[in-house]
Amino acid sequence: MPVIDVNLWSSLRRFAGGEEIVSVEAETVAGMINALKKAYPDLAPALDAGVSVSVNGEITNNRFAPLEEGSEVFLLQPLKGG
Amino acid sequence: MSKIHVTTTVNGDEVEFLTDPRETLLDCLRDHLDLTGSKEGCGTGDCGACSVTVDGTLVSSCLMLGVEAEGKKIETIEGMAGKDGELHPLQRKFIEHAALQCGFCTPGFLVASKALLEKNPDPTETEVRYWLAGNLCRCTGYDKIVRAVMDAAAEMRGAA
Amino acid sequence: MTKNGSSEFRLVGTRPNRPDGLDKVTGRARYGADASMPGMLHGAVVRSPHAHARIVKIDTSKAEALPGVKGVVTRADFPTGLTGEDWDLQENTMAGEKALYDGHAVAAVAATSPLLAQEAARLIEVEYEVLPHVIDVDDAIKPDAPAIRPGAADHSVPEGSPPNVVRYLEFGHGDIEAGFAEADLVMENTYKTEATHQGYIEPHACVGQLGADGKGEMWVCTQGQWYIRRMCAAVLGIEAAQLRVTPSEIGGGFGGKTTIFMEPLSLALSRKAGGKPVKIVMSRSEVLRATGPTASASMDVKIGMKKDGTITAGYANFRMQGGAFPGAPVDMALYCAFAGYKLANVKHVGYDVLANRPKCAAYRAPGSPMGAFAVESLVDEMARKLGLDPLDVRLKNAVREGDKASYGPTFGSIGLVETLEAAKAHPNLKAPLGPNQGRGVACGYWFNHGGETSVSMAIGEDGTATVSVGTPDIGGGRASIALMVAETLGIDYDDVRVNVVETGALGVNEPTHGSRATFASGKAAVESTNQAIKEMCRRAAAEWGIDPEAVEWVNGAAQPTSSNAGKFAPMTIKEIAAKMGSTGGPISGHYEGLPSGVGASFGTHVVDVEVDPETGRTTILRYLVVQDAGRAIHPAYVEGQYQGGAVQGIGWALNEAYIYGEDGRLQNPIFLDYRVPVASDLPMIDTVIVEVPNPGHPYGVRGVGETGITPPLPAIANAIEHATGQRIRHLPISPPKLLKAIKSAAPSGPTLQAAE
Ligand code: FES
Ligand code: FES
Repeated sequence: MPVIDVNLWSSLRRFAGGEEIVSVEAETVAGMINALKKAYPDLAPALDAGVSVSVNGEITNNRFAPLEEGSEVFLLQPLKGG
Repeated sequence: MSKIHVTTTVNGDEVEFLTDPRETLLDCLRDHLDLTGSKEGCGTGDCGACSVTVDGTLVSSCLMLGVEAEGKKIETIEGMAGKDGELHPLQRKFIEHAALQCGFCTPGFLVASKALLEKNPDPTETEVRYWLAGNLCRCTGYDKIVRAVMDAAAEMRGAA
Repeated sequence: MTKNGSSEFRLVGTRPNRPDGLDKVTGRARYGADASMPGMLHGAVVRSPHAHARIVKIDTSKAEALPGVKGVVTRADFPTGLTGEDWDLQENTMAGEKALYDGHAVAAVAATSPLLAQEAARLIEVEYEVLPHVIDVDDAIKPDAPAIRPGAADHSVPEGSPPNVVRYLEFGHGDIEAGFAEADLVMENTYKTEATHQGYIEPHACVGQLGADGKGEMWVCTQGQWYIRRMCAAVLGIEAAQLRVTPSEIGGGFGGKTTIFMEPLSLALSRKAGGKPVKIVMSRSEVLRATGPTASASMDVKIGMKKDGTITAGYANFRMQGGAFPGAPVDMALYCAFAGYKLANVKHVGYDVLANRPKCAAYRAPGSPMGAFAVESLVDEMARKLGLDPLDVRLKNAVREGDKASYGPTFGSIGLVETLEAAKAHPNLKAPLGPNQGRGVACGYWFNHGGETSVSMAIGEDGTATVSVGTPDIGGGRASIALMVAETLGIDYDDVRVNVVETGALGVNEPTHGSRATFASGKAAVESTNQAIKEMCRRAAAEWGIDPEAVEWVNGAAQPTSSNAGKFAPMTIKEIAAKMGSTGGPISGHYEGLPSGVGASFGTHVVDVEVDPETGRTTILRYLVVQDAGRAIHPAYVEGQYQGGAVQGIGWALNEAYIYGEDGRLQNPIFLDYRVPVASDLPMIDTVIVEVPNPGHPYGVRGVGETGITPPLPAIANAIEHATGQRIRHLPISPPKLLKAIKSAAPSGPTLQAAE
């Protein structure tokens, strides 16, 4: 399975041992979120409350969006406003 | 409240309706005569979406009572195109210039612009802008509306 | 028809008349308030006159006794137990224990005429216990502010935060302290913007019908019929599939018609009145008091700049109130604030704060104008101080493809630099400026959005095409979709009809928001068309007895890919369509999905103003919008979006604001006092359409609807400083405010000064 580097936003980092970038194995956005929760259980409440995910520069709502080795992944605080 | 019988002429046709004396001319056009082309954007005389002419004078029909229409000659957007459906040059130019986006303000702008061109067939841009200052459009920024009116005026002068 | 830019297409890029034009210039187009149904009743809503009050008792007996009154509803008629956003929607539809803002609905009544319904509404007696209220965002965030909704904060809010903070954001990258240390100039200021309203000219209107069997129908002016369906169903506890929602023509929305307000009330009243349809049309003052304004904002920005204009670090701390409910677009404001700048060091902090105001709704690029006002003002102040050209400073720091955005991810294809260069080259920049005149520039950004999309298209027996889309036509959407389908099919523009359909006709569609109609519905329509083309090629191949793979579609006809495949004359769409009943049945195509490949849109505006030193009134002399459209399908409607957005921004900058009294009541709920720009306030709005095609769309489209409202706020403030020397950091820059600034700065006699 591809290893994905996931960029966390600042206030999320305290739930992941202070890391800015964490690596998990995943093939899709949903798989990445699940792997993060497994590796860092403290992240679960924040992730369950909703996150926006940017894959290769595009914010996507698609939980099945495919990820591959080298995909650029950012977790963003959910874009809710408006 | 008891209703009042009103006889009036709308777009050349004699019509009758019963109105509560509190109803505006706009209410009567829309609710009693099924002429829903005139719109209510504010009800306070500030937006011009309800523009009609009464005996040739441009009015906000939301500011006039239905009973005041007795014996008057009223023109609305529905009467602007010819009987055969041929569009007035203003209507055509509004489409050609993309002078409408949502189109909600359009009937009011057309009625008001027609009244302008009847008074002043060769208005300057500034005259158009001031005449239409009582008509609000939130979509277009007015640019294309002003162009359409100027272009229609030019065509009508040429045709005359 | 005039072509704009490239001519690689037959139709894309031309300016044909819009298909719904005739209906809209003759008064025939039917908007929200234009529909009636047999047996229809009329609804009226009772609204709180208090900004914050406990509802002690509601007595509806007098209203119910009035002949002609057919039903009254209060919150007691709604289901309980909703949570999260559904609860927010229900609470905003009709107040429960407390009225949370001036204008909050507390009861509604249906009667046989509009006048009777209003009379009945006046007979409903509500007893209130008035509570302390808070309006301004800086007051609302204080630790001792009246707590509006204890327990509404989400997990992001640190413990011990003030009671009205419901969401906290913090993100960024690099080391801002190190960045500031590198700078030659560091400046920090506070900026404020007031709440404004979308100001669509058509008030909200609907006709709703709901029977005892749980089946219902609704006619409504909305940007999104499926959103209306889902939200009404949730608020009323009915099944979404049983509610059929038909969108009317829409008289403007700008984001404000993506949610529900009185729509569930018409259904609730209908259910009470034995299933008779109930029409509710809002008055203008109801629209302003109780529907969607945008948020108000208080923003600190700090920037470090080198002498040559290079920005070394940026910091933004934004507080925004979006009414008595979570949802101020502080997230978007922060994401967009520094989006145009390539920054190694940047930090964002944000607070979503409750206040006793109506629940904010989306308004064109929600949040982006506020963020731009703060950042683009400060960048201008610093450029001025360093004696640098404001366009050059932006060019020096502008993000390009492959750069990291201020909010993290790497940009794909974008056109900021192209808009800056086009602005620089425009003749408006050479226009001489006289006394009291000034020039301002600013940039703006919007992400754009794809979203849930379902489109279907079918070939008619005569070879014409019908397209069903779920995104209401707000400013020429039908025209642009028809152009793309006709281009793809190889038929005439007039041979395509695009219909905006009801909820029963397609899968779920998100509303026309996020500048998505031409991008998402357009992309989906092209994919649907390609499906139909594939089927037509297959039918031709079967007719010829050759492999379908050996057939291609060229200029509206199927033809063999090469003479090797067989020698057949092209079979036109008309021929294929005429026979389809006997060659396999209807030919259609559809698309369901989440279109990806969204392209962000940057814009650069340049404005020249003149300020009257006697009155403080600002006149716009010239206005230039330059924006990246990816590709303009129908350039006239792209220009229209640019012009309309710019003028809304001009209103926000100079005039528009929600004004509240000490009592927490809105003081300007009519257009006379909430003054939007009129024709005589404005010059022509010049536009330049930059086209950096979006590789994610078959014709290169980027959404264009939203970016344009963003730059005017700072561009005008920047121009006013250029004209007067006065920097105003709190919008709107109304004549009295500017006059006061000019007068207090003007060199006046010593006696006068002493007297002050
Ligand atoms: S509705 Fe009459 S002027 Fe606005
Ligand atoms: S076109 Fe929408 S208000 Fe004028």
